[in-house]
Amino acid sequence: MTTRIDTRFAELKSQGRAAFVTYVMAGDPDPATSLEIVKALPKSGADVIELGIPFTDPMADGPSIQAAGLRALKVGMTLKKTLELVRDFRKDDNVTPLVLMGYYNPIYIYGVDKFLADAKTAGVDGLIIVDLPPEEDDELCIPALKAGLNFIRLATPTTDDKRLPAVLANTSGFVYYVSIAGITGAAAADANAVGEAVARIKRHTRLPICVGFGIRTPEAARAIAEKADGSVVGTALVDALKNSLDAEGRATAKTVNAVAELTAALAQGVKGAQQAAE
Amino acid sequence: MNIAKPNSYRSGPDERGHFGIFGGRFVAETLMPLILDLEKAYTAAKADPAFQAEMNGYLKNYVGRPSPLYFAERLTEHLRGAKIYLKREELNHTGSHKVNNVLGQIMLARRMGKKRIIAETGAGQHGVATATLCARFGLECVVYMGAVDVERQQPNVIRMEMLGAKVMPVQSGTRTLKDAMNEALRDWVTNVHNTFYCIGTVAGPHPYPTLVRDFQSVIGNETKAQMQEIEGRLPDSLVACIGGGSNAMGLFHPFLDDPSVEIFGVEAAGHGLTQLHAASIAGGRPGVLHGNRTYLLMDADGQIQDAHSISAGLDYPGIGPEHSWLHEVGRVNYLSATDDEALAAFQLLSKLEGIIPALEPAHAIAKVMELAPKRPRDHLMVVNLSGRGDKDVPQVGDILRGKK
Repeated sequence: MTTRIDTRFAELKSQGRAAFVTYVMAGDPDPATSLEIVKALPKSGADVIELGIPFTDPMADGPSIQAAGLRALKVGMTLKKTLELVRDFRKDDNVTPLVLMGYYNPIYIYGVDKFLADAKTAGVDGLIIVDLPPEEDDELCIPALKAGLNFIRLATPTTDDKRLPAVLANTSGFVYYVSIAGITGAAAADANAVGEAVARIKRHTRLPICVGFGIRTPEAARAIAEKADGSVVGTALVDALKNSLDAEGRATAKTVNAVAELTAALAQGVKGAQQAAE
Repeated sequence: MNIAKPNSYRSGPDERGHFGIFGGRFVAETLMPLILDLEKAYTAAKADPAFQAEMNGYLKNYVGRPSPLYFAERLTEHLRGAKIYLKREELNHTGSHKVNNVLGQIMLARRMGKKRIIAETGAGQHGVATATLCARFGLECVVYMGAVDVERQQPNVIRMEMLGAKVMPVQSGTRTLKDAMNEALRDWVTNVHNTFYCIGTVAGPHPYPTLVRDFQSVIGNETKAQMQEIEGRLPDSLVACIGGGSNAMGLFHPFLDDPSVEIFGVEAAGHGLTQLHAASIAGGRPGVLHGNRTYLLMDADGQIQDAHSISAGLDYPGIGPEHSWLHEVGRVNYLSATDDEALAAFQLLSKLEGIIPALEPAHAIAKVMELAPKRPRDHLMVVNLSGRGDKDVPQVGDILRGKK
């Protein structure tokens, strides 16, 4: 099975550059604006879209993404509406890979089989579910692979060589290396340490390795893109969105542009990277 | 649901931490290696007689165990039914059952070479117990507490600070126990290298529900021996309140395979089960939160709902996974008591027995007031008096004087 993710990374490899992966929260600050933002991401240079599924208790997220989820929930965002957003996005874009990222409970309550079928139909390519380690692969990972979706696993600084094979065993699409032990939006990643970690993971897998957590600026995105197959930026985009809202937390005329402009600047950073020799 | 009865109710969990469909290890990858380490360290400690001997020494001389099993004569006369015994966990050092578990976990942390301890707390009893043992063993202690709970449980906040702990008021989400747990998990993910997370109840990822249960089982084991000594037989029923459910599991677990013993867990029904409450089994369904699958309060989209209880210690939208399983297999009966019922029980026990209970076990006493009169005079009923009410005196005083 080849997904849009596989196709996109193969294209980028032939162009000799790293991927720019963007994260935004579905439904933030409202479903209609959120759709416009997601549509603007590829046009501004995003190669892969991660779309957050709002959840009340995001245990691995920092204050910015917590607040984004609560903004979305406040205007009535649900997992069902998140899938609708993906379907609407796919009407105009059938090539940009889209990955849903979130926590297991909303999917478990939606029903795993129904969710996988609906996600596939909507045009989702992969899943990143933070609270499903390999020890719980029977829950969603194995069924997702059977349904033709990539299951992208997080590897972290605490994932040692002994554990890596288990983490990578059922991973597909790409590997998401969490550059710091911590939550989203926390301390900046050190590019040299990231380079060593990527090299270590590469000894265990041929999958592309994207790096996220702690990347906020075009310079940082470029530094990481020189060490890995992709740079992931989330919190900085979510913050740009938040700073464009009015006092009541509603979208303004500036909101879509605020995210698009930062996306374009970050994309320039990634595209300026000198890829390390394979 | 048709669920086969197991041969034993005490054999769980399986090697992956499951009690039936409940439990498991639903955590971020960053934490997974630590949880596996903890499981290894706990298995080794359990098999080490020196660990048990050291713990028993502290339980006796520092905590003050065994706690008495006390015949509540005037409460029994008042209710005119079952003979009621109180398991006096409120007499432990720090004023609740929480210290039993914290002692075990702190000793584990020491074995694992961890110097920094974090904890979540609702009513503050677990936070106080953790702060106490960190002071005793010279460890750094950070306690996460919802900002709402910081407000309503001031005496415990002051105690924790006096003991040298840093209390972090949590402003996210509903600013109560579940958010304190989220924040503690975020701290743990960030400080994995030197930090031990001391979870206060029989919940969280495997092996926490098991190790907390094992450390709390001293309650039930003592009760069994004490009742044998006093009455020459097993009790006929057990009653305990349930937030996450550690005091209840500690009392219940040693009796699960004694079929003559009726077991009652009491959840917090808050304003009533059709309104805001904290009764996960009565009003929730299975979901995944804080590392385990268990009964949770949530909406149709799987978003976690706000719990409400007058008691900060029960104000949590979930319950330990083993309780969810004991509910589904039908071994334990889960009931609930409202804020008003708990307040009435709080006053009754204070006036009849000269014991001011915490608002948490007042929920258990409230159900004893219903259950005991329906049982014969020779029925032996044990209720776990899991904590003392000093921390609640200002809050209850305000309510009774009509201020809140």
